[in-house]
Amino acid sequence: MLSRRLARWIDDRLGSAQFARTVLNKVFPDHWSFMIGELALYCFVILVLTGIYLTFFFDASPDITTYHGSYEPLRGVEMSQAYRSSLELSFDVRAGLVMRQMHHWAALLFLASIVVHLGRVFFTGAFRRPREINWIIGVTLLVLAMFNGFAGYSLLDDQLSGTGLRIAYSIALSIPLIGTWITSLLFGGEFPGPDIIQRLFVIHILLIPAAIAVLLTIHLAIVVRHKHTQFPGTGRTEENVVGTRMWPTYAAKATGLFFLVTAVVAFLGGIFQINPIWVYGPFDPAEVSSASQPDWYMGWLEGALRIMPGWEIRAFGFEIPNPFFPGVLLAGLTFTLLYVWPFLEARVSGDHRVHHLVDRPRQRPVRTAMGVATLAFYLVLFLGGASDVLAETFGLSVNAVIWGFRVLVVVLPIVSGWSAYRLCKELSARDGVPTGSRVTWREIPGRVLRGSADATSTDA
Amino acid sequence: MNAGVRVERAATVCFFLAMLAALGLAVTYWRGGQTQLEGLLLAVVTGGIGTGIILWAKHFMPNEEVTEAREPIASTEEDRAAFTADFEAGESTLRSRRLLLGSATGALVAFGVALLFPIRSLGPRPGRGLKRTAYAKGNVRVVQADGSPVKPADLSTDGVVTVWPEGHTDSADAPTLLIRTRADQDFTPQEGREDWTVENIVAYSKLCTHVGCPVGLYQAEQGLLLCPCHQSTFNVLDGARPVFGPAARSLPQLPLAVDDDGYLIATADFSGPVGPGFWDRDR
Repeated sequence: MLSRRLARWIDDRLGSAQFARTVLNKVFPDHWSFMIGELALYCFVILVLTGIYLTFFFDASPDITTYHGSYEPLRGVEMSQAYRSSLELSFDVRAGLVMRQMHHWAALLFLASIVVHLGRVFFTGAFRRPREINWIIGVTLLVLAMFNGFAGYSLLDDQLSGTGLRIAYSIALSIPLIGTWITSLLFGGEFPGPDIIQRLFVIHILLIPAAIAVLLTIHLAIVVRHKHTQFPGTGRTEENVVGTRMWPTYAAKATGLFFLVTAVVAFLGGIFQINPIWVYGPFDPAEVSSASQPDWYMGWLEGALRIMPGWEIRAFGFEIPNPFFPGVLLAGLTFTLLYVWPFLEARVSGDHRVHHLVDRPRQRPVRTAMGVATLAFYLVLFLGGASDVLAETFGLSVNAVIWGFRVLVVVLPIVSGWSAYRLCKELSARDGVPTGSRVTWREIPGRVLRGSADATSTDA
Repeated sequence: MNAGVRVERAATVCFFLAMLAALGLAVTYWRGGQTQLEGLLLAVVTGGIGTGIILWAKHFMPNEEVTEAREPIASTEEDRAAFTADFEAGESTLRSRRLLLGSATGALVAFGVALLFPIRSLGPRPGRGLKRTAYAKGNVRVVQADGSPVKPADLSTDGVVTVWPEGHTDSADAPTLLIRTRADQDFTPQEGREDWTVENIVAYSKLCTHVGCPVGLYQAEQGLLLCPCHQSTFNVLDGARPVFGPAARSLPQLPLAVDDDGYLIATADFSGPVGPGFWDRDR
C-alpha cells in the first residue's frame, strides 16, 4: 500500500515510528467537559485561516483619504486608510465580509471556550500537582487571547474602536510614574498618535499569534507528557488512565468536531451581523455614540470602569487617577490571583500530593464557593458594562442602575459563594458521605461512579 | 435495513450534501458573491463533512476502552544525579569561578540594558503637550468643525456647540463645548473666573476627565453634562464639577471673550490639563 511505503520512507529518514506510535496510542478519557479546550484550539485555527485572508486586503495606515467605494452613505467622506480598507474588504472584496465576520465570531467563541475550559480545570482541581506549569501557560494564553482580541477590533479605526482605544490609552496613562511614557512610546505621541494602528497590526497578526502558537504547542505537549486527568470511577486510579485511543476513532471524532466548529462559525459569520463598522462611521475624537460596548470578554473591565465611584488619590502634587484602580489594579489582581491559585490552594490546604483523578466540584466546597463567588463578581462587572443599555431597556435612571451594581458587586459574590458552599455540602451529604459543618479543605470522598464500560455516563 | 446500513447511508448523504454545497459556494462566489449565502453554504459544507466523519467514527471504528498505566512523572534519583553531574561537568577546573561568573553575568546584563535603549525611538518624550492645547497662545477664535467662527447670537438658550481653536479643528485634545445656560438658572462662576463667560455662554473642555470620552449629552433642565461612555455627570452651573460616576475632576474651563468683530475668542488656555488624569498632571 502506498501509505505503508510512505511511512517506511519517512521512518528510514527520521526513525519516527516509535514516537508516532506513542501519539497514536495516547488514551483520551471520554468526558464531554474535556472537549472544551479542543473547541478553543479549533477556533484558533479558524482565526489564523480567516485572519490570513483579511491581511491581504487590510491597510493598517492612519493616512487620510476620501472614500469612493460602493457603500453609498459614506461616499466622499474623509477617513483613514485603515477604515477605508476595512469598508472595502466588507463591501467590495468578494467573500470579504463573510471572512471578516467569521473572524470576529471565531474570536468571541475562542475567548468563550478558553474561559469555560479554565472553569472546568478550576472546578475539578485539574490544575494541581503536577499540572501547575500548564495552568500558568493556560492563564497566559487567556491574557494573550484577550489582548489580541482587543488589538484586532481596534485596528479598524471606526468610531467604536477609536473610543475603545481612547479608553485603553487613558487606562495606560493612569499608571503612576511611567504611564505618560508608556502611552507616548506605544502610540508614538499624544492620543490618537500617529503609530498606534500600524503597531497594533504587527502585534495582532505577528507577535501575539506567534506567542499563542508556541504556548499552545507546549500546552498540548505537556498534556501528552502528563496524560489526561480522569474522573474517579470503577477501575480508574491515580496510577492509570482509562479511555479510548487517539487512533483512529478519537482522531476522526476530533476532525469531525473541527469541521462542526467551522460550520457554526460560518453560519454565525454569514447570517449574524457583527461589528457593522459602516454604521459607526470613521473615528472622530470629538464624537462618541452612546451604548458603546466592547466585545464580551472586555465587558468586565468596562463595567469596572463604570461602577467605580469617583475617587482618586492626589498627594504631594502627584495623582493616581481613577481609572488606575479598576483598569490596572483590578486587572492585575485578577490575573495574579489566577496565576498563583494552584500554589495558594496547595499552601492553604496542605495538599502537595500528585493528583491525576479530578474532583467533582461538590467534593471541594471551599474551592467551589470561591470560584462561584469570583464568577459572580465578574458577572456583575460584565452586566455593569451595559448599565446604559439596561437603564434604557427597563426605563430606570442610569444612576439607579449604577448604584444597583455597586451594591450587587459586593453582595452577590457573598450570597452566591455561601449558597454554593451550602449546596456542595448538601449534595455530598446526599451522596451518603457525612461532612462536618465547619469550613473544610479536606477532600470529601465522592460517590464511586459505576459503569466504566460506558464512560460517558460519568455524571459530574 | 439494519442500523449499520442506515448510518452508512446517512454519512454518505452528509458527504454528498457537502459536495453539493461546495459547488453552490463556488457558483455563488463566481456570480458576484452574497454574504449570507456564502456563510450558509460554507456551514453546510463543513457541517456535512463533520457530521459524516463523526457518524463514521462512532459506528464503524473501534471504540474499545483501554487502560494505560501511568508512569511517575519525576525521573529516578539516578537519572537526576547523572544529569547534575553532566551539567556541572568542567566546573571544578575553574580557579576563580566567582570572578568569571560574575563578570560574564555583568556583561550579559549590560548587553540587555543596552538593548533596551532603542525602545526610546518608539515615541517622543511625554512633555508639555499633555498639559497644553492650541488655545495656549491666547486670544484664539473658536471655530466650528467647518472652520466658521461663532458669534454669541449663534447660540440659542440651552444651545450646545462643539468648537476648536481656529486652524486646529483636527486637534484631538482641543474640542470644546460652548453652552448657553438659561438666564434664570443659578450659574455660579468659580473663583477667579467671574469674567470667563459671555452672555451666559460658558466653555468647557469636551473631554471627560475620566478616560477622555467626549462628554456629549446636555440635560439643559438641570444643567448637567453626561458622558455617554461611563456615565460621569458634570454640573455645568457649578464649574462642571463631577456629581456622579467615576470622574473625579471638573471639566477644565476655557476663558471666553468677544473680539472686535463680535466673534467668540478664548483669551487663554483651559483652566487645567484636559482629558484623563496622569501621574504628574499637577506639576
